[in-house]
Amino acid sequence: MTSSDKNPIIVVENLTARFGDRTIFTNVSFQVNEGEVLVILGGSGCGKSTLMKQMIGLYRPASGRVLIKGVDINTPDEVQLRQLRMQIGVLFQSSALFGSMTLGENVALPLGEYTDLSPASIDLLVRMKLAMVNLTGSAELLPSELSGGMKKRAGLARAMALDPSILFFDEPSAGLDPITSAELDNLIKTINSSLGTTMVIVTHELESIFDIAHRVVMLDKTAKGLIAEGDPHYLREHSTDPRVVNFFQRRVGELK
Amino acid sequence: MPTTSRPKPDYAFQIEGQKREKIILSISGRLVLEHLEHLESEYAAFLTEMRPAELTVDVSQVEYLDSAGALALIQMEDQAKAQNLPFQLVNLTDAARRIMALVDRQALQPSPPVPKPRPWKALEQVGAVSLSVLNDFVQVLTFLGGLLIALAQSFRHPGKIRWGDTLFYMKRAGVDGLPIVGLISLLLGLIIAFMSSLQLKQFGANIYVASLLAIAMVKELGPIMTAILVAGRSGSAFAAEIGTMMVNEEVDALIIMGFDPLKFLALPKVLATMLVVPVLTLYADFFGLIGGMIVGVVGLDLTVFSYISQTQKSLNLFDLLSSLVKSAVFALLIAGIGCQRGFQVRGGAEAVGSATTSAVVAAIFLIIVTDSAFAIVLHYLR
Ligand SMILES: Nc1ncnc2c1ncn2[C@@H]1O[C@H](COP(=O)(O)OP(=O)(O)OP(=O)(O)O)[C@@H](O)[C@H]1O
Ligand SMILES: [Mg+2]
Repeated sequence: MTSSDKNPIIVVENLTARFGDRTIFTNVSFQVNEGEVLVILGGSGCGKSTLMKQMIGLYRPASGRVLIKGVDINTPDEVQLRQLRMQIGVLFQSSALFGSMTLGENVALPLGEYTDLSPASIDLLVRMKLAMVNLTGSAELLPSELSGGMKKRAGLARAMALDPSILFFDEPSAGLDPITSAELDNLIKTINSSLGTTMVIVTHELESIFDIAHRVVMLDKTAKGLIAEGDPHYLREHSTDPRVVNFFQRRVGELK
Repeated sequence: MPTTSRPKPDYAFQIEGQKREKIILSISGRLVLEHLEHLESEYAAFLTEMRPAELTVDVSQVEYLDSAGALALIQMEDQAKAQNLPFQLVNLTDAARRIMALVDRQALQPSPPVPKPRPWKALEQVGAVSLSVLNDFVQVLTFLGGLLIALAQSFRHPGKIRWGDTLFYMKRAGVDGLPIVGLISLLLGLIIAFMSSLQLKQFGANIYVASLLAIAMVKELGPIMTAILVAGRSGSAFAAEIGTMMVNEEVDALIIMGFDPLKFLALPKVLATMLVVPVLTLYADFFGLIGGMIVGVVGLDLTVFSYISQTQKSLNLFDLLSSLVKSAVFALLIAGIGCQRGFQVRGGAEAVGSATTSAVVAAIFLIIVTDSAFAIVLHYLR
């Protein structure tokens, strides 16, 4: 984390999000460094999910751009886009496993699309990925047969299928009990430290934030943009912005 | 006191002091939701009757107070203030004070009315509805166009088509639909042959029941009935399936993984339906004709042979082929609209429900419209 600090893998430049004539945020700019765990924070409805969807190219920004490894995520170049997509994995808030496929088939899907591997090697890779998220022997199960936490882990296995260099998470611990969410945090830390995967995580869980985040960026609904950026421990102790301090100390701010 | 079925309020007012002077109002008992309005009216009556110059409300005797009771006390104060009457609330217990603190006085003011959109004039409404129908129609056409392009592209790389899914949907839309399609066509054949035989018998034209039924069944009823059944069975299922995937972010996940949802989700369904509906139509024709033959043989004393040969005489290959082409077009409409309505889903479960309904209604409507177009075109084509 020391030498790679100066090596931005994602560059977010002046992003603006708008739905109809409602502006959600304007001029959001930050960078994510290689190998870093960056957490996007903010109150409900401030646009965290929207920001993440813009970063992965699902929503087009009203203005501004997102560069991943120097390539605009909204590039019209099909070949570049395909290469880019191989490098990012996403764990959606609802896990988004395909209900008609078994876990094994879910994980095998991107492998089949992007590689020319034989079914036997794909099978082996699938078993390895499922084991990495502690789902050994569940390849034949259907998503409907899983608990919420298992779904999250299976979604993570699928997101990691192609060994992406960047993983995105939308509220990974939402709806999970404290123990399961701590397990997921550990998994995230392990993957980050052993594979060096860069991670962008949207979460509210304070404990998770202090546990896993190298850096945070904080969105605010009234400011319609970023209000803080940095090490969460540092921000908690030294930030002078009452909105930031209140968030970290779980205090309800003044009523708006 | 008028006797009502309501429980008698278990609070009481005690008034100390003279009219138009300083008055102390002591309230005792329970101030709860059920008596909120009673309390208000009694208080209003007290104010008009006594016209105090200064009012002190003593609540030391109140045994129990809920949030509605607290609201009543607050409104007492507001009402007194509105009349410029000095008001004091005394001897609040701690518990009562805590409950009173829960009530946010500002929130009691009705929020300023949201400006309602001006009610539309009839003409405007007609215009707006027409525009939205037109807009919807354009969207459906755009989607179907995209589908056809995807279909054409896939035929150049047949290996890329998801044949497994296609087979699955062929079974769903086709094989699983056989019993209902067969039964309905058989009954339809029986009914039409029977009704028409009643008329034709009078002219001794029994044998023309076979012609009538053959033409009606093969040219119109077979394709249409099959299409309507498939729209109800499969079009709705496609909309629900894709709609649910939209809600669960599964479609987002597909896009992120680099799949084209149109090719991945819609194409197998459309292809399967287009392959299977013409076959189902043939099957429906066959059962319809069997139904007619039963009536002919049992009710009209025709022989099986004469019935079949009359049927053969009234049909030609062009009729049969054109009806199959027609049913393939119907299939494209059904599956296409089912998928399009599914992809339109935003939000939650209720959106899936309305997408399903709308898929069936729109499909049936377009089937009928397309059928009319076919009738005219085929007439001049022959
Ligand atoms: N597809 C959409 N169409 C219109 N408005 C949207 C859409 N998606 C989000 N919004 C609006 O944008 C704002 C931000 O939504 P977003 O989901 O990004 O919030 P969030 O920060 O992720 O909140 P939460 O923590 O509750 O998930 C919300 O006010 C929401 O109403
Ligand atoms: Mg969100």
